Amino acid sequence: MEEMRVILNKAGEISPVSTKEYIDIGGYQGLKKALEAPENIIGVIKASGLRGRGGAGFPAGLKLSFTADTTADRKYIVCNADEGEPETIKDRMIMDLVPHRLFEGMAIAGIAVGADKGFIYLRAEYPYVAKTLERALADARENGCLGKNIMGSGKDFDIEIRTGAGAYICGEETALLSSIEGKRGEPRFKPPFPGVAGLWGKPTVLNNVETLANFPAILVNGAEWFRTLGTEKCPGTKLFTLSGNIAKPGVYEFPIGVTIRSLYEEAGGGCPGGKRLIAVQTGGASGNIIPASLIDTLMDIESCAAAGATFGTGDLMFMDEDCDILDVLENLTEFFAEESCGKCTPCREGTPRMLEFIGKFKNGTAKEGDLELMLELGSLMVEGSLCGLGQASPNPIFSAVRFFPEIFALKTDSKRGSC
Amino acid sequence: MALNEKEKSCCCFTDTDILKQIAAIASKWRDRPDMLIPVLHEVQKVAGNGIPKDVAMTVSREMRVPLSRIYGVETFYAFYSTEKRGKVLIRLCKSAPCHLKGAKDVLDAFEKVLGVRAGETTPDKMFTLETCECIGACDVSPAALIDDTVYGDLKPENVSELISLLRKRA
Ligand SMILES: Cc1cc2nc3c(=O)[nH]c(=O)nc-3n(C[C@H](O)[C@H](O)[C@H](O)COP(=O)(O)O)c2cc1C
Ligand code: SF4
Ligand code: FES
Repeated sequence: MEEMRVILNKAGEISPVSTKEYIDIGGYQGLKKALEAPENIIGVIKASGLRGRGGAGFPAGLKLSFTADTTADRKYIVCNADEGEPETIKDRMIMDLVPHRLFEGMAIAGIAVGADKGFIYLRAEYPYVAKTLERALADARENGCLGKNIMGSGKDFDIEIRTGAGAYICGEETALLSSIEGKRGEPRFKPPFPGVAGLWGKPTVLNNVETLANFPAILVNGAEWFRTLGTEKCPGTKLFTLSGNIAKPGVYEFPIGVTIRSLYEEAGGGCPGGKRLIAVQTGGASGNIIPASLIDTLMDIESCAAAGATFGTGDLMFMDEDCDILDVLENLTEFFAEESCGKCTPCREGTPRMLEFIGKFKNGTAKEGDLELMLELGSLMVEGSLCGLGQASPNPIFSAVRFFPEIFALKTDSKRGSC
Repeated sequence: MALNEKEKSCCCFTDTDILKQIAAIASKWRDRPDMLIPVLHEVQKVAGNGIPKDVAMTVSREMRVPLSRIYGVETFYAFYSTEKRGKVLIRLCKSAPCHLKGAKDVLDAFEKVLGVRAGETTPDKMFTLETCECIGACDVSPAALIDDTVYGDLKPENVSELISLLRKRA
């Protein structure tokens, strides 16, 4: 399958800052259409079948309609540019190379639901991206594409950048809203959902960078066209981030439904040094780890779920024969233990205990019954945690137990003494 | 809340001129508690890469945000520190993709060249070495965010050269 650029169309070929250059490649035409017929926007996005690209795959048109249906004196569009998931750099590519496509998407969302203000919540790890965004925003305002009376329509829409300060949990939507409000980024109980009561209690559309960057092309080319890309249940293209033991790491845009093998061999160039691939972590740091034997799995939500992989944010981290899967699990679990916000008990107490278990398997001190205890604790975390961090953090472990049971085999006493 | 004698005499006691600058930054956002995070970023740079108590108190007074809330926020987010740090902040990524590509060896090299452990500041107050989670540069793992710039494809044998370069620039 060929790489196909819709979201990253002309990325790197035009100046990221220049509104004029973006307009020259057909930019801000989607917004123009949106302004001509605001009442059609949500219908088109719904018909396109676009699903959220931030990990959960929620239908984007439906999300817009929740907020459009509310009445409030103020509504907001919030772009989730926290991109805290290790292994993910796709949103950075969009913001670095074609930020106007994101602004256009946010403005379209604003027109659709009746919001005149948008926020980009940008992670603090991207200070250089903030500079590009600020310059591009200023240029868009100067050219009448953002700000007051956009494109002479009589409608206003402007965007403000708010940075985080280094907390993975702030990618969770309600934690993100708390952070914009200047608080600790702790998730809130849902409902109410942000679409109805979000930023400062006002109805708020919250989407991932890549989701929003899809809006312009859909409005310009239509829902039918969008549905010709990708799979029936998951239309469109997707940015896939390849990392780990791979010759050409980076971001590649392919129609959804591309095989992991295509991404691994054709785009990524395989493991460096002729090493053998043993495993792939799919969907990000909280995604499933699958064996190399499953790389013919298609990257779409349904196929991944059926195969025991995770679509998530579309990331693939490759592990070659020198890699110790327990060592990777330890690294991932430590990440979740450190990034747990501590608000709820299953996650706050569970993540460090999971780390202890993995450590025991790694250093060979695990005993009879430890595996069962670890799995039981993991299930409790899935069921009892308040937000996705605690709920998803045992996934890599569960998948490793399923696909690589041998690494959890108890070491014999003689072996135990030898290291 | 006032500073006690011990706090006044310790190293976190901030210069009056700097406190004035901090007051000027924070007073622009009086009664705008939502601006606390951007303000703390700006203030931290001025105050020496940290937010000691007297700085937090100044922000609290000028923004009219309770000190307890400031303390809560600055201890929640990894980018803030309640103590001053070195002039140059080295944040070395330790998340999975960088880990797979040898981040540990790079960390060892930094520790050796700088003569400090992760989390510490060099005696000349020039460098603070920290480890951090993914900085979104997994295409050039192992990577570090040094102040506002990404340094990728790090190799242990090049660390010493990099440090001299940074020292010259600072
Ligand atoms: C711990 C945690 C971290 C998350 N981090 C991100 C993130 O960095 N970026 C993102 O877009 N979504 C992230 N999400 C998902 C968001 O909560 C939310 O579902 C998403 O931004 C919605 O946008 P979408 O519908 O366009 O996908 C995270 C969720 C959890 C539980
Ligand atoms: S699951 Fe973890 S991160 Fe989420 S609210 Fe609970 S403690 Fe915080
Ligand atoms: S894991 Fe180190 S930059 Fe992403």
